[in-house]
Amino acid sequence: MTRTGFVLANLMRKKTRTILTLLSVVTAFLLFGLLQAVNVMFSAGADFVGATRLVTQARVSFTTSLPMRLLPEIESIPGIKAVMWQQWFGAVWQENTQLFFFATDPARLHTVYPEYVMPDEQWKAFEQTRTGMIVGRILADKYGWRIGDKVPISSNIFPQKDGSKAWTFDLVGIYDGKDADWQRNTNLGWINYAYFDEANQFGSGMAGTFTLSLADPGQAEQIAQTIDARFENSPDETKTQTEKDFNIGFLRQIGDIGLIVRWILFAVFFTLLLVVGNTIAQSVRERIPELAILKTLGFTDRSVLGFVLAEATAICAIGGLVGLAIATLIGIKIGGSGNFPIAIDHRVWITGVISIIGLSLAVGLPPALRAGRLSIVDALAGR
Amino acid sequence: MNDAMVRVSNVHKSYVRGRQKVEVLHGLTLAIPKGDFVALMGPSGSGKTTLLNLIGGLDRPTTGEILVGGERIDQLAGGTLAKWRARHVGFVFQFYNLMPVLTAERNVELPLLLTGLSASERRKSVAVALEVVGLTDRARHKPSELSGGQEQRVAIARALVSDPTILICDEPTGDLDRKTADEILGLLQVLNREHGKTIVMVTHDPKAAEFARRTLHLEKGQLLEQAAA
Repeated sequence: MTRTGFVLANLMRKKTRTILTLLSVVTAFLLFGLLQAVNVMFSAGADFVGATRLVTQARVSFTTSLPMRLLPEIESIPGIKAVMWQQWFGAVWQENTQLFFFATDPARLHTVYPEYVMPDEQWKAFEQTRTGMIVGRILADKYGWRIGDKVPISSNIFPQKDGSKAWTFDLVGIYDGKDADWQRNTNLGWINYAYFDEANQFGSGMAGTFTLSLADPGQAEQIAQTIDARFENSPDETKTQTEKDFNIGFLRQIGDIGLIVRWILFAVFFTLLLVVGNTIAQSVRERIPELAILKTLGFTDRSVLGFVLAEATAICAIGGLVGLAIATLIGIKIGGSGNFPIAIDHRVWITGVISIIGLSLAVGLPPALRAGRLSIVDALAGR
Repeated sequence: MNDAMVRVSNVHKSYVRGRQKVEVLHGLTLAIPKGDFVALMGPSGSGKTTLLNLIGGLDRPTTGEILVGGERIDQLAGGTLAKWRARHVGFVFQFYNLMPVLTAERNVELPLLLTGLSASERRKSVAVALEVVGLTDRARHKPSELSGGQEQRVAIARALVSDPTILICDEPTGDLDRKTADEILGLLQVLNREHGKTIVMVTHDPKAAEFARRTLHLEKGQLLEQAAA
């Protein structure tokens, strides 16, 4: 027998209680893993896009379109390498499945987003096919679309000139991401702006946002200020920010996800603290005479403190790591589907392990200190 | 009595219970030679267990000196005192105080975790201790699977396994029937006579005290001889 064996034997003293406590820790850390991954996605999920691009939107809101006449003026600003524009299409697949589709100029998309990787002939086909569309790999795999398919897509924003909401596009290309991060974002679809602009019922010549590729990312702030100053006090005031900030702002339209997640996690961990803390404290209370005997046999106060703390740590560590592992597996499943690109990555694991340590100390230290300070004589006399 | 295993000199011990200060031992002086088997008797509250706790290094006197094996244990710090107990004292209690989650052999092995012995050396020592108390065949049983007498034998094996200088027994037969109690006391007698263990035993039972070499009587925190003097 070793000291570790002794700790494990004590953990198995009341199997049902230990298993139930472990399950509560597993569940809490499963929730923690998934919610923390959502938090990371919303707060820093756009890190990989870098700061090489700016996005110009209407100052009021990105749901307000900007006129295309701004394009030459933006293009004329020094330091801007290329400009593309995109219009939110409001795409709906079949009954109610909303898709992320944008109308854009194919050549400009290719120039501004070199991270989207597709054979040249498919880029060419996209440029030359007015009813053409390209989709990311995740989307294509999900719906089983193949190049050459005619894909019926509805728009709940832009009906055609005849009033019909149904559009049909020719799938001419399927793109991949240049790396794993970008591959996770291949859940978008792009249609040819020229066709869209001509065929939709509402006014032509409008763009949702302009995306600007910069010659020098170090000039991003200055260029953004120049653009916004250029259109200040005009009917079309703009707001220009880095692509990352724009993406975060887009996601935060739902609400302050970070705050919501933090509150949920706070509630989960507070409950966990009470449940596990009470269980361990009760387990120690039941064993006061045994702890006194350990001291009688010659185990020091510190050793006894260590035994109790080790038990608490074992429960929190086993439960926490299993919970995080399950969350990681679920995250891979959810993230792989493309609808919700979460990933329980090293950031979530680091936060998780820190939380496990914190929880172990919070629930284990008070009873461990009590056990360490136990007076042998009083404990043996039942006082 | 210069070769005394235990020397208690003018020991006072008082406790504070609530707002009251309770004086338990009043200037008690006592010497127990090496290889002695002493029974401490006396009415409840006379200070028997308190004296036993002081000799075993479980508690400290309010004033006075306690030497065991020539060492002033009343002056040892907490951690050092714990290590001293591990090396020099074996304890046997009325209610056995075994770890219910461990088998008999694991219970006996527990004090050896504090030594530098290897796993195989520990196993060997445990086997010897269980053989001495006649429980080799029950080594893999947990306390709940043993009778009271067998549990107390395991407790004695645990007390013996690290070859202590002195055995401290607090009512070791208080929870046993007469026949089993006699067996346990006979075992203690063997340990004293054949293995030379110094034993200090608290008991209420005059029949149990008969197994000891001598009996000391405590009353109101003093040895009767001292009280008379």
